[in-house]
Amino acid sequence: MTRLDPTRLDPVEEAITRAHREEWARVVATLTRRLGDLGAAEDAAADAFATAVERWPHDGVPPNPGGWLTTTATRKAIDRLRRELRRDEKHQEAALLHDDDPPLDRGAVEDDRLRLVFTCCHPALSPEARVALTLRMVGGLTMPQIARAFLVPEATMGQRLTRAKAKIRAAHVPYRVPTAQDLPARLDAVLTVLFLVFNEGYLATGGDTEPVRADLTAEAIRLTRLVRELLPDDSGEVTGLLALMLLTEARRPARVSSTGELVTLGEQDRSRWDSELVDEGHHLVRERLAAVAAGGPPPGRYQLLAAINAVHTAARDARDTDWSQVVTLYDRLVRVDPSPLVALDRAIAVAELDGPDVALALVDRLPLAGHHAFHVTRAELLRRLGRRAEAREAYDRALALTANTAETAYLARRRSQLD
Amino acid sequence: MPKYLLSVYGPAERNQFGDYPDKESMLQAFADTGAFNDKLVADGYFVFADGLEQATTATVVDGRGEQPVITDGPYLEAKEHLGGFWIIEAPDLDVALRLAAEGSKACRGKVEVRPFQTEESFKALLEP
Repeated sequence: MTRLDPTRLDPVEEAITRAHREEWARVVATLTRRLGDLGAAEDAAADAFATAVERWPHDGVPPNPGGWLTTTATRKAIDRLRRELRRDEKHQEAALLHDDDPPLDRGAVEDDRLRLVFTCCHPALSPEARVALTLRMVGGLTMPQIARAFLVPEATMGQRLTRAKAKIRAAHVPYRVPTAQDLPARLDAVLTVLFLVFNEGYLATGGDTEPVRADLTAEAIRLTRLVRELLPDDSGEVTGLLALMLLTEARRPARVSSTGELVTLGEQDRSRWDSELVDEGHHLVRERLAAVAAGGPPPGRYQLLAAINAVHTAARDARDTDWSQVVTLYDRLVRVDPSPLVALDRAIAVAELDGPDVALALVDRLPLAGHHAFHVTRAELLRRLGRRAEAREAYDRALALTANTAETAYLARRRSQLD
Repeated sequence: MPKYLLSVYGPAERNQFGDYPDKESMLQAFADTGAFNDKLVADGYFVFADGLEQATTATVVDGRGEQPVITDGPYLEAKEHLGGFWIIEAPDLDVALRLAAEGSKACRGKVEVRPFQTEESFKALLEP
């Protein structure tokens, strides 16, 4: 009988958690290449981790957890396949998988993970499916976790994932890094997915969820690091997105007050920002500035957003913010991304530089009546202009459109001050 | 190799220039589509391609009963109907999508890409 040793249990649990975080995508990726099927690879990987949970506490953590998990997953896949083949006698001996792949070459495995990312973010899949598949296959989140994160019933999320996997199989979505010709557009689709995951974490939707979902922001950062590690970043946008995420994540400790209210950038206690993340983000932004200065491609959307966040996080006090620099960067961003939401953010910066009346004139021209950010901005500008009745009305509209608990608390207080 | 159906949709009733605004653009689209077809053949993707008569010429037959029931018109009531299609063979969806984009440009219509069932997917249907 195994003696229960509490000091031994925790390290094993920790090893399993770490292996899950570090190895899940590798196992799924390798198995997808071997089996030629994403769904089968996912099942085999899940089987292998379940076996680890069962065996490691007794047998100890294997010296190479990733290798152990991949081998176990391959065996599990073969077992499943044998069971299926037995049902179909005619194909008994046909196409049996081999377990004698050449020893794992780290480079080849990294390529597999990259293939996995591109398959999950394929433009032939719906945007919701891309996000869900990436979190499941690359991030290793379980289906119920993903369902909770996006506030859909588990049955709906399960169906979404099943349908996406079925489409990948039936339509022969390739398991491949796109050709150089397609790469920029396809990489853009990947970054969009990662940014969506991050944003959902940073301003989580839902009456009974945490206002900030650190698990999702952390996962988005981890996956962006992975893409940056694995792909040449010719446009600099992967680095830009990583910097943007780090400089945003750095402010997370100051973003929600002890009473559960959202704290705006101007009111945040900046000593609570994570200085390591700020430093890393600034370092990446400087790296991109140097590359652009050395004749690299002009900065895209994520690099410009990262630069704007670098200006904000460089100010020790909100009053020290270099607003003219921020507006200049937004001017460039508007040229790259002429969406009204960017114009709205630019107007907020203009308010600091040229006053709320100038900004309000800009905001009122934007076709954003369905967006809560539009009404929040109008409410704050009207408030500063002393137009209390209109401000109250704008707060009401914003409140009706926001689904974040901390933001609701903040807006309700701001509105009540005008009564 | 996987096969894909590339469908092009158009109005139920066409004007005198097919679905095109004028004669020149119709002729140009025909020429471009012909050149695209030739390329499909030369590159080994081509299985079949053709254009259909307008949807009002369709007849629906229901042979499930004792006597077949025959109805005038297309199966679905819709503003747009299948106007023509390609069947191609391609190694994967990325290749099929790239060819569909070229075909769309040539014929000046949106193209729907849909995979055919394979022996494998058919077998999966027969499993319990």
